[in-house]
Amino acid sequence: MTDLFSKFDPLIEMRANLLASGVEDPFGLVMERVISPTVAVCNGRETILLGTYNYMGMTFDPDVISAGKQALDDFGAGTTGSRVLNGTYAGHRAVEDALKDFYGMDHAMVFSTGYQANLGIISTVAGKGDYIVLDIDSHASIWDGCKMGDAEVVPFKHNDIEAMEKRLKRIPEGAGKLVVLEGVYSMLGDIAPLKEMIKVAKDNGAMVLVDEAHSMGFIGPNGRGVAEDQGVLDQVDFVIGTFSKSVGTVGGFCVSNHPKFEILRLVCRPYVFTASLPPSVVATASTSIRKLMHAGNKRAHLWENSRTLHKGLRDKGFQLGTEEPQSAIIAVIMPDLERGAAMWEALLHEGLYVTSPARPRPRPG
Amino acid sequence: MDRAETAAKIAALIEPFNKKGVAITDASTFAGDLEFDSLTVMDFVAAIEDEFDIIISMNQQAEIENYGQLIDAVVKLQG
Repeated sequence: MTDLFSKFDPLIEMRANLLASGVEDPFGLVMERVISPTVAVCNGRETILLGTYNYMGMTFDPDVISAGKQALDDFGAGTTGSRVLNGTYAGHRAVEDALKDFYGMDHAMVFSTGYQANLGIISTVAGKGDYIVLDIDSHASIWDGCKMGDAEVVPFKHNDIEAMEKRLKRIPEGAGKLVVLEGVYSMLGDIAPLKEMIKVAKDNGAMVLVDEAHSMGFIGPNGRGVAEDQGVLDQVDFVIGTFSKSVGTVGGFCVSNHPKFEILRLVCRPYVFTASLPPSVVATASTSIRKLMHAGNKRAHLWENSRTLHKGLRDKGFQLGTEEPQSAIIAVIMPDLERGAAMWEALLHEGLYVTSPARPRPRPG
Repeated sequence: MDRAETAAKIAALIEPFNKKGVAITDASTFAGDLEFDSLTVMDFVAAIEDEFDIIISMNQQAEIENYGQLIDAVVKLQG
């Protein structure tokens, strides 16, 4: 019998070697107590949380917590059903209304996770014979959405407008085209030149999807993301977002002005064949989203923090992902996995939690 | 463009990516013999796409494991 797990042997060995060197397991961290959005007790130590996506600190907002508790009391622990069967409660409609108001768009569709939002929308919208043109540094959920669908998948070099344009121009006449971009790329914390890229996409007859997971609540005058900040949100056909970052809970969504958007509720399999979010989760999300509409002070404060940290690290001589801070992600590039793990561990011992991606890019192959 | 002409152009294009100077035959594999990682694949595919003004989608790339298959695919994609 062939052991189906033998394909994982190189990874198992790499991990064993890393742990044998004596470092703490970077994937074994447990938060024993969470004291606030920025402080937790990890492995017995009080730790400052610098590596979460809790950008707006909404996880412990009193209004958010009380809305969740009320929904738990009124509607129970879970829906036990799909959105298209028995899983749409008043709270699911309310959170979709909150999203429509937040983005100023006509339609909103809430998924059980952000991963499923990309998986579902991309695999459903782009079908056989269509072309998806996407940035090579796209998030795993975007790649998996491409893989799940039947469209031809054409990647281009990260943030390279010319490479994107060349590929769009080579697509056969008459084929449907979807350009997939992100506002903020999470590995380096850099933003996309959406204004230029979306113009090129539109000039070449493509529809545009932008994942604004890391920018919601923070970037743009109303926190609608990088597309808003660059004045091109009205050109975006689909905005993908998540509740697991600034919103402070879990869930994913797509907002759009497409007149036929609602049909997706019937044809998008990751939406249809999943239990809907628990009532408490959608209640916390609605409350949080509505509060984020008026979070200008928090946005300004986070920008200050981002600039301070970026400058401090740069002055210390670290190699950073961007010359100037472009988002709330400040990436420090370590020379290799061993020194990356050692730094991660040293920081943790000093009471600072940071995120340490073991691989530089969440890319297949 | 016939196969020989296409092959000659690809031979020139692959040179800067063949860092170990592997002797390439039609049977040489990209992942195994040439040890191309995902970044190298992307840059190499982009170079070929630009030279021949074609698209080699990820779906098509998945079918191409060795050098000979690449030449055949590029010949075909040029129509």
